[in-house]
Amino acid sequence: MIEIGLGHYLTLAAIIFTIGIIGIFLNRKNVIIILMSIELILLAANINLVSFSIYLQNIVGQVFTMFILTVAAAEAAVGLAIIVIYYKNKGSIDVEHIDSLKG
Amino acid sequence: MLVHSLFFYFFSIIAVFSAIMVTISKNTIYSVFFLILVFVSVSILFIMIGAEFLGMIMLIVYVGAVAVLFLFVVMMLNIVEQVTKRSSRKGFINYISVGSIVGAIIFLELLVVIGGWKYKGTFIPLSDININVDLSNTHVLGNILYTDYIHLFQIAGMILLVAMIGAITLTFSKRENIKRQNYFEQIQREKTNAVSLVDVKSGKGVKLDD
Repeated sequence: MIEIGLGHYLTLAAIIFTIGIIGIFLNRKNVIIILMSIELILLAANINLVSFSIYLQNIVGQVFTMFILTVAAAEAAVGLAIIVIYYKNKGSIDVEHIDSLKG
Repeated sequence: MLVHSLFFYFFSIIAVFSAIMVTISKNTIYSVFFLILVFVSVSILFIMIGAEFLGMIMLIVYVGAVAVLFLFVVMMLNIVEQVTKRSSRKGFINYISVGSIVGAIIFLELLVVIGGWKYKGTFIPLSDININVDLSNTHVLGNILYTDYIHLFQIAGMILLVAMIGAITLTFSKRENIKRQNYFEQIQREKTNAVSLVDVKSGKGVKLDD
């Protein structure tokens, strides 16, 4: 409890990852919240990589964390652009109204 | 060690609380602010365990760029109006069971993985890329990022370029009836069809056809 080890950081990452997953499922508002939940999931992956990198004294984990940061930034930019043009076309980004693929 | 654990619990509790608030808060702007709080707390945790460069990069990239991008889009799209006219929450009950079950299973699986890590066999670390304690974190990261991982680094740059071009082409809309500069037409103008000599009679003036 007092000694903070690898398990504490992994548990924190697991909690944040699970909150991200549940956020995607339970979100009834708009799509931007889903994008934010994906950011939370990527953040949990980053915590895992960094804590293992420190624990194993191996720097490669931090290098890969930088690449995850890159991909997260690119994903946020493209996703928000898609949301903007969807809002321009349909006038709403509520999750309930986005059901064109339902068939 | 006690201080370290106190700091860890302080920042991780803030991070978990803010992550929950990101998903459940009514107003989307509040969600973005709580997202910023999550990123700040986690970057402080990164700095605490010795990954200073990544902590700072997290602050710059996430809080400085991504969260501001989210805020910009949220404010541009007028979502507050959307929330008030939201119709019903009848689907919420259906999804809360499935979502909670899936989330609980995933969390339990992750805990099992973390628990299993304790009972692993003897672990052999890769000895060639160890962290050199004499150098700073940034120095070590730069040493390996610009030598062994230079190709991945450049591909990451290409990914950012493609994302930028994609975002621009997605949101770019060509507006009609607006005067734009056309470089080719402007450069191709010649003296013969642009300038003409007109005899002006006194008292009559001159009429130009546009």
